[in-house]
Amino acid sequence: MVNGKRVLIIIPALNESGSIADVVGEVRGELPGVDVIVIDDGSTDRTAAVAAAAGALVAKLPYNLGVGGAMRVGYRYARDHDYDVAIQIDADGQHDPRYVPKLVDLLDETDLVIGARFAGEGDYMVRGPRRWAMVMLSGVLSRVARTKLTDTTSGFRAANRRVIEMFAAWYPVEYLGDTVETLVHTARRGYTIRQVPVAMRKRMAGTPSHSPAKAMIYLGRAFAVLTLALIRR
Amino acid sequence: MKLTLVTGLTGLILLATIVELLRRRQLREKYGMLWLGVLVIVIPLSLFPRLLDNVAELLGVASGVSLVLFLGIIFLLLVCVHLSWEVSRLEEETRTLAEDFALLRTEIDADRAARNELVSTDG
Repeated sequence: MVNGKRVLIIIPALNESGSIADVVGEVRGELPGVDVIVIDDGSTDRTAAVAAAAGALVAKLPYNLGVGGAMRVGYRYARDHDYDVAIQIDADGQHDPRYVPKLVDLLDETDLVIGARFAGEGDYMVRGPRRWAMVMLSGVLSRVARTKLTDTTSGFRAANRRVIEMFAAWYPVEYLGDTVETLVHTARRGYTIRQVPVAMRKRMAGTPSHSPAKAMIYLGRAFAVLTLALIRR
Repeated sequence: MKLTLVTGLTGLILLATIVELLRRRQLREKYGMLWLGVLVIVIPLSLFPRLLDNVAELLGVASGVSLVLFLGIIFLLLVCVHLSWEVSRLEEETRTLAEDFALLRTEIDADRAARNELVSTDG
């Protein structure tokens, strides 16, 4: 329970046996009385076993579906078990669970709350095409959602019952669909979106990619995904 | 005459292949019927390639053979698009199945854990 609400933390994980125990442990330590479900998206390592040992519920997908597939499993679980709030957190430890109550508080007046970097708190910098992509995405999506969004690809989000219901029935599996397309869809259906500044930490395991070619490809794909999301029904 | 033999034979071999696949239940009927329908058009054309010359002239195409080629490419393109569509649908279906499976496994694990706990408190 957080402020009288039943909260489910959804952590999609792919080969994160190195960090998942710490992340689950930290969430459970910081937020007693909150349920944690780790969606193992077809990992080849011991992610599922490690997460279960750390005290999380585990849903193990038979093969890799991509973040979107894993997220929908989480939202379906939240819907079927009647949770008031579902919160998604990355498995690499970059999201600080101490911000969760802040996100949950805002759900009283908002349907979907995003924990955003570059919104005042923390120090996180990107440059080049990756930055252009972020500027483009936040510019367009802020207009669509009629609220200021600075970090549209953030995987730190909280949803209330109405959005849980929608995400359980519909959640895209395509690249960037889990972030960009869901935002467009949510805003278009009249749900309200807000962002909350959060500080991000360095990943506990794994490395982010920094190659300029990859950044250019990312920009192109972000543009394509955004355009498609906007013209889709 | 030689050419007619080659094209005619090709058409007949294709027909035999489709019928055999259908007979062995390797092709879903909807696809089998589609290809059989195509062959019903293609085989007469392979025996009498000039059949479409009049239609071609009507459309401003120089020869019936070019018209067949054009229509054939359009048809194949449409078939490819249709197959991509089918694959997308199948992927969506298998995705839902995989999700259902993961959720069921979670329920079973939770059930088993609860039962084990009961047993251990009883004993």
